[in-house]
Amino acid sequence: MKADPKGVLTGEHYLDGDHACSEGAIAAGCRFLAGYPITPSTEVAERVSERFPEVGGVFIQMEDEMGSMAAVVGAAWGGVKALTVTSGPGFSLMMENIGLAAMLETPCVVINVQRGGPSTGLPTLPGQSDMMQARWGSHGDYEIIAVSPNSPQDCFEQVIKAVNLSEKFRVPVMVMTDECVGHMTEKVVIPPADQIEIEPRRYTKLPPEEYLPFKAGKDLIPDMVKAGDGYKIHVTGLTHDEKGYPVMSWQAQEKLVRRLVEKIRLRADELVDIEEMQMEDAEVVIFSYGISSRVCIPALQKARKEGIKVGLFRPIICWPFPEKQVKELARKMKGIVVVEMNYGQMYYEVERCACGKTRVSLVPHGGGWVHSPEDIYKAIKEAAK
Amino acid sequence: MKATQVAPPVETAEHPMASLLRMDRIPHIWCPTCGIGTAVTAFAEALKKVDIPLDKISVVSGIGCTGRVAGYIKLDSFHSTHGRAIPFATGLKLANPELKVVVFSGDGDIAGIGGNHFIHAARRNMDIVVICVNNFIYAMTGGQVAATTPLTANTSTSPYGNFENPFSLPQLAESCGAVYVARWTALHVRRLTRSITEAMNKKGFSFIEIICPCSTIYSRRNKLGDGLDLMKFYHDNSVIKHGADTREMAIEYQKQIVVGKFIDRERPTFLDAHNAWMKQRLKDKFIAHGGPQC
Repeated sequence: MKADPKGVLTGEHYLDGDHACSEGAIAAGCRFLAGYPITPSTEVAERVSERFPEVGGVFIQMEDEMGSMAAVVGAAWGGVKALTVTSGPGFSLMMENIGLAAMLETPCVVINVQRGGPSTGLPTLPGQSDMMQARWGSHGDYEIIAVSPNSPQDCFEQVIKAVNLSEKFRVPVMVMTDECVGHMTEKVVIPPADQIEIEPRRYTKLPPEEYLPFKAGKDLIPDMVKAGDGYKIHVTGLTHDEKGYPVMSWQAQEKLVRRLVEKIRLRADELVDIEEMQMEDAEVVIFSYGISSRVCIPALQKARKEGIKVGLFRPIICWPFPEKQVKELARKMKGIVVVEMNYGQMYYEVERCACGKTRVSLVPHGGGWVHSPEDIYKAIKEAAK
Repeated sequence: MKATQVAPPVETAEHPMASLLRMDRIPHIWCPTCGIGTAVTAFAEALKKVDIPLDKISVVSGIGCTGRVAGYIKLDSFHSTHGRAIPFATGLKLANPELKVVVFSGDGDIAGIGGNHFIHAARRNMDIVVICVNNFIYAMTGGQVAATTPLTANTSTSPYGNFENPFSLPQLAESCGAVYVARWTALHVRRLTRSITEAMNKKGFSFIEIICPCSTIYSRRNKLGDGLDLMKFYHDNSVIKHGADTREMAIEYQKQIVVGKFIDRERPTFLDAHNAWMKQRLKDKFIAHGGPQC
């Protein structure tokens, strides 16, 4: 299915990452945003509040982030593509209903323009320290998908991808950008609507008497209905059976949770999205994502000039983690240098997959400003020894 | 001796509410003598009276004893998270304005953890009906003190008596902008049914409080007798005062309960105000949200 031209601002623009996220969401067909102001993400909501009345969307500024996320889940069941946008403190508050979205298998998107934490931290300055929270933040076992754009153009494209993946897999999808990407202004090319592929919602074709809301086929993803279609569905955040009815037993728990997890884990190969740079002859690799991946480039160039064969491996989809690819790197590389704006989050995933086969080092950063390329260069040099 | 004639088996006769309940989930979890059953009956009766297609009515509940209502009503029904029934309903309603969305939940859900959502939905005049069963405590978790527990009442976390001032929910609803406010007890089934019917036929944020102190825990801890004693208490102590000043109906321990329809007024709903304003500002550029789009 192609994008609705009404929402697509085809042409060349000069946009910051936050505004590009808004345009991506509108192009992808989102027509509902419930949010609460928080730096550095607010510009996404601001632009959407301006644009939605022209495209038939509804923006509501809620009383808090718990309400925002709950409204997004409600709106999705009402039959619209819905998203919210926030940053660290708000992301924490959204965890409750992100869990609900995961449990109800609700397609929706959460954009997190990351800032330095913990707590109020650095409201106006960047961080990448919510990566593990995106993966594990709500209680219980579940799977989500997370993408990490590194430029305004990428914001536009990754938000579209996020919306599409949320529909395809019926999971909340996180767009893990950061203050730098959110506030940097660059050229953004928005293609014509007929070049933007849109994932339609997977509605059931079964009549109400045959339909079971949580009965999944081989792909482990059930088909959906929306409120008002006459199916009289019941959905609950309690552990439930295929009918959607609560069942308090370990057997029901095993069946449901296993499916929630496996519907992503068993299809992780389809969810590999990586950008590579100078990997052809690389002996050392930098693993980095989001804004940090761009800061690595001058360090990589400097090392290359000195003859160090270093490449860059950037996961665009961070969750599910590209395990096979990182295991492959561990087999081939002399060292993996992880560059992220935190004190080790994805680093531990890389280390887990490397399984002692190669040296994995971390160039940590508490957030607030990007890494110094010099620090990254030193780590590359060390890894190449 | 000839066998005595037995009455026709009741279980084969269809329950009068069978078409509106998920009979495959009955028996329900509520205690004998609990007022939630009465509240659900009043709601089911109201569903028969309103002129809204059942397919277009959704029920949203939060968590707790009353939070289980969504699980028994045979409509599109959503059992959401604790306190978030109102924002969930907000999203559902805005996504598809054609739906009549009813929030059916308890006092802990609506006035405690969800209090912020309650006041803001009333302020915005979100077009939803909120039915709040006030049982004075957190019953599902074993009877802890709530934002609605009358002063001095004994609960499991106020073992020496409650010293916190409770909310008066009709006053809160009115002051925040609700267009319809009523309160009944679980004894007033007929009047409650009429109020639910009126609220469902009304546009805007409608609020109905149903007083039914938990007959198992609250009643036992406070030595108030069983369900029948509670009914007698409502009968002897509730006073119908339609249009009463909502500032004067705080519920005190074992004192008079003012019931009735207090507020019935008109205000533009969130979506009507949104659409009218955008139309005025953006003229032909404005495209109203026309319901489900995916």
